[in-house]
Amino acid sequence: MKYLDEFRDGAKASILVREIETLVASMDIPDEKPLNIMEVCGGHTHSIFRYGVEGMLPKEIELVHGPGCPVCVLPMGRVDDCVAIAEQKHVIFTTFGDAMRVPGSRKSLMQAKADGADVRMVYSPMDALALARANPTREVVFFGLGFETTMPSTALTILQAESDVVTNFSVFCNHITIVPTIKAILDSPDLRLDGFLGPGHVSMVIGTAPYEFIARFYRKPMVIAGFEPLDILQSIWMVLRQIKEGRVEIENQYARVVPEDGNAPALRAVARVYELREFFEWRGLGSIDHSGVKLRDEYARFDAERKFAIPNVRIADPKSCQCGEVLKGAIKPWQCKVFGSACTPETPLGALMVSSEGACAAYYQYGGVKHHEAAE
Amino acid sequence: MNVAPRLRPRTLAQVHLPTVTLAHGGGGKAMKDLIDDVFVRAFDNAALAPLEDQARFDLCDLARHGDRLAFTTDSFVVDPLIFPGGDIGKLAVCGTVNDLAVGGARPLYLSCAAIVEEGVTIDLLRQIAGSMASAAAEAGVEIVTGDTKVVHKGACDKLFLTTTGIGVIREGVNLGAHLAREGDVVLVNGLLGDHGAAILSARGDMALTTPIESDCAPLNGLIDALLAAAPGVRFLRDATRGGLATVLNEIAGASQVAIEIEERATPIREEVKAFCEILGLDPLYLANEGKIVVVAPPEEAEAALAAIRAHPLGARAAVVGRVHPGEAGRVTMRTVFGGRRIVDMLVGEQLPRIC
Repeated sequence: MKYLDEFRDGAKASILVREIETLVASMDIPDEKPLNIMEVCGGHTHSIFRYGVEGMLPKEIELVHGPGCPVCVLPMGRVDDCVAIAEQKHVIFTTFGDAMRVPGSRKSLMQAKADGADVRMVYSPMDALALARANPTREVVFFGLGFETTMPSTALTILQAESDVVTNFSVFCNHITIVPTIKAILDSPDLRLDGFLGPGHVSMVIGTAPYEFIARFYRKPMVIAGFEPLDILQSIWMVLRQIKEGRVEIENQYARVVPEDGNAPALRAVARVYELREFFEWRGLGSIDHSGVKLRDEYARFDAERKFAIPNVRIADPKSCQCGEVLKGAIKPWQCKVFGSACTPETPLGALMVSSEGACAAYYQYGGVKHHEAAE
Repeated sequence: MNVAPRLRPRTLAQVHLPTVTLAHGGGGKAMKDLIDDVFVRAFDNAALAPLEDQARFDLCDLARHGDRLAFTTDSFVVDPLIFPGGDIGKLAVCGTVNDLAVGGARPLYLSCAAIVEEGVTIDLLRQIAGSMASAAAEAGVEIVTGDTKVVHKGACDKLFLTTTGIGVIREGVNLGAHLAREGDVVLVNGLLGDHGAAILSARGDMALTTPIESDCAPLNGLIDALLAAAPGVRFLRDATRGGLATVLNEIAGASQVAIEIEERATPIREEVKAFCEILGLDPLYLANEGKIVVVAPPEEAEAALAAIRAHPLGARAAVVGRVHPGEAGRVTMRTVFGGRRIVDMLVGEQLPRIC
């Protein structure tokens, strides 16, 4: 495929791998203390497994799979709220497919659908709005989920619903923001990270400036990375160069997509429709200040949280689940006590096992050949 | 075939209404008219003609084809009923024919049970029965018995079909998923993922239009040619739901071997690659309805590949991987990028109702 195969070129990959090996060899990294580089975004995690990138890297580099999978960090209580809305008779509940299997404390949306709730998979919030127009006697609720990547499309759909005066459409808003989350990880006492691959799609919306504090205050290098395997290798090489040269900067490897200032119309729609929540609950990470958004009062009539009575009960993560430690890079997925035993993709206990972008599901599905072989 | 005597030709009844109603499932004249008009007219053969409650076969006739019976059944609920490259009728015949053929059997007779939702048009049923008849003719099988039920609106989605098939396994042919050995070669007979992509795109909810057509086809002819050229073939399976990845995992598990495939060697149409790219699907897991996975011993790999390629349904055949030493039960892929990854079984479903 044109414009894609170029970024998956095996010959170029082996040149980059050699460059990385040379760089690592010159850095004198002790075996017992490899460099930990976190890819923040679930899309990166998926590519890393899909193309076997991890196994191509020297043993001195460990990739830590970060919190950037919005499905993964969704707490059980919010899933319960979804189910409660979906189970109301007049509701058509619409969601991205990934969220269907996320376990709630009683059931997942998929189970709710099997039990008779009208839950439908959509590929865009605009599909949900179209459903609302086509079903004027039903309440259509869209499960707004994701980081800044999907936030603008939900906002624009709400603005469209407003201008078209669609009254039977609302959004159950679970959009979250990446920056406070990275900050929470950086503030964590068990932090063991040496650098970051920054999220590509989020940055396409917010630009590069919001990450400056990572370099300035936390003294960690970050390279905003594209999603093709060559992008990822090049970004790793760029992080290593910073470490080797003693620089800490926010660099942009994904300049073909990410403008420094972000996407102004998208940001305007976001600012118009949402405001920050005081705090938002994350699975595995607990409550993080200002890490989620809700609809502004002007858009209250499109807010499912205000339109429907929802239980809004906080459900603690299962005790045995170590998602939080995996997210922070303190342990690897397979070091979790329940990985592959009590927690599998068929019966996920922790959120990281649910989505194909979740680190544990990715390990389980595509398997880190490197770690499997090391374990043999 | 001497047990089903040719009856005096009779005039087939006709349905005069445009749509199926519950009366057509009532067991009376309306039902007989429907069966006559739609199914008997299309399937027309000596074993079906008497319309007894069962088809009858001469055992000696069967025994001429081989020494064991193969017996299989499959239900079809595909949505939409008609899609680029086929319809539920063609799928129902090819699916069961292929399930028999991959066991080394010559498919001979099929049954067809139809569950019809009231309101379906008679013309649609005629079209589907017609396409079953041409698929059966292409595969050289006869549809010899059947059943029709009509259900209330909403009790099924337009039309569900079940076909059951009988075939006879040639003497000396013993194929099994547990027979793969180190050094064996894994082949496929052509481009992967067409059916899954065609169905998904035909549903229209992706707002993508693609020229991709289902590969739905009866493979018994190709398998005849393959087994004649490479009698040592260890295992065959049609890579339907779950795609190539699932079949490979079944082989690796049953034979307790490791299999490694080469992404570069795996034949996938550019359009299917692009389709998967946009939707985040993995073509290795996409369904096929006209593709088999072949495990052949190394000394017969070349003959097997040549025989498949010589058949019209195998022109794009390729060797995709090998059985190799490694952890038993594990399937890996050498990616175009130069990395290696595990290719595991699919958890849950990638797509609903593709067959």
